[in-house]
Amino acid sequence: MAKIEMTVNGKKVSHEVEDRTLLANFLRDQLGLTGTHIGCDTSQCGCCTVHVDGLAVKSCSMVVGQANGAEVLTIEGLANGETLHPVQQAFSECHALQCGFCTPGMIMAVSGLLKDNPAPNDEEIIQGLEGNLCRCTGYINIIKAVKHAAVAMK
Amino acid sequence: MYSFTYTRAKSLAEARAMLAKDHDAKLLSGGMTLIPTLKQRLASPSQLIDISRLAELRGIADKGDCVEIGAATRHVETSRSDVVRQKIPALAHLASQIGDPQVRNRGTMGGSVANNDPVADYPAAVLGLGAIVKTSQREIAADNFFKGMFETALEAGEIVTGFSYPVPKRAAYAKFPHPVSGYAMAGSFVADTGAGIRVAIVGAGPGVFRWKEAEAALSKSFSVAALKGLAMPSAGLSNDLHATAEYRANLVEVMTRRAVASLTGEK
Ligand SMILES: Cc1cc2nc3c(=O)[nH]c(=O)nc-3n(C[C@H](O)[C@H](O)[C@H](O)COP(=O)(O)OP(=O)(O)OC[C@H]3O[C@@H](n4cnc5c(N)ncnc54)[C@H](O)[C@@H]3O)c2cc1C
Ligand code: FES
Ligand code: FES
Repeated sequence: MAKIEMTVNGKKVSHEVEDRTLLANFLRDQLGLTGTHIGCDTSQCGCCTVHVDGLAVKSCSMVVGQANGAEVLTIEGLANGETLHPVQQAFSECHALQCGFCTPGMIMAVSGLLKDNPAPNDEEIIQGLEGNLCRCTGYINIIKAVKHAAVAMK
Repeated sequence: MYSFTYTRAKSLAEARAMLAKDHDAKLLSGGMTLIPTLKQRLASPSQLIDISRLAELRGIADKGDCVEIGAATRHVETSRSDVVRQKIPALAHLASQIGDPQVRNRGTMGGSVANNDPVADYPAAVLGLGAIVKTSQREIAADNFFKGMFETALEAGEIVTGFSYPVPKRAAYAKFPHPVSGYAMAGSFVADTGAGIRVAIVGAGPGVFRWKEAEAALSKSFSVAALKGLAMPSAGLSNDLHATAEYRANLVEVMTRRAVASLTGEK
């Protein structure tokens, strides 16, 4: 067991958990932040993407100790009160989701991508979302939403 | 996952001492190989010793005729480093092709090379450039480091601390990624170095290896034309549900030609 302290979506949290706890499970089970989804066992789907110290990572592939002391941002922390983050707004406007299971991870990956590359082309978007799988929308509207968000964030 | 404890090492010396005391302990760097392995219950270490934040293992330094990179340097840092992009653009390009952005944001060079997955990318650069692998106790030339599938010259308790890459005259890496995993089905690192031409192949066989016949042909004339008619033997290459050995042999030839073409401008 270890005492884990981190800042999640701007709030300091502290919990005693088993060392083998994955960051994704810590967020979901300890903090009730169930917007971070777990879609696979193989680190491939990206549904669990969150930002740790500003970088998009797969929270299912980190033990919570690795994020001890870190700043973590999850999908729940992205909007500004009632105002959606431009990437969330763009996904909504462009119909970039059907079932929505992959969407939190997609949005966290896209907001990471746009920090590095504020105006990506199709190829760069496809490469930037290499680590995120969507099993129902098809990627066309997702790519559209990324471009839409890029313009909105200019 | 089976139960284990997690500790962040405070120094290389502390990590070494912990490893020496507990033979079931495992080093943790980016965790991009180890954590998925633990999740599948394919390993059951007693403890994970996190070395990813040790200052001794981090950073990229321009040393003139070589570039030094710490073992805990993340793929994203190598791919974006001005020093690496200027001095060994092929290495920055290779790093930018590994997995996906989330994997590159955590995975490290030391973890990848110590793991020596036959389909990983970095071993191609380490062997292709004739780099030196630095460890907690010695320096190992690339030619003596890789020992086949997931095997290296590392001894129990030995920690990779960094790499020294001689700056080549020119070098390129071409990879045919597996369409699902992104790992190399075949990758060819071609380097024109002060010590001659080196061609290192990953993905196709049970471990990274040098394609000496291609090196000899390219030494006579560094051109795609020089590779014409040169066949990669399929004997000993991997043969699995993803591809036959013959197909991989063909990919090795194509990737090597592409790497050379990107340097000579040939078609
Ligand atoms: C979805 C996905 C896609 C990927 N695609 C690719 C790809 O296309 N190409 C590719 O090359 N790789 C790929 N990888 C693997 C990735 O590059 C890993 O980062 C890398 O293989 C291991 O590095 P790590 O720092 O994460 O090591 P870890 O997982 O932390 O460790 C790996 C092993 O090395 C040991 N180790 C770690 N550091 C040291 C050290 N300094 N000294 C001695 N031993 C050490 C550990 O004990 C462990 O056994 C992919 C991974 C995932 C999850
Ligand atoms: S749950 Fe699939 S990558 Fe994390
Ligand atoms: S919207 Fe259903 S998986 Fe992407």
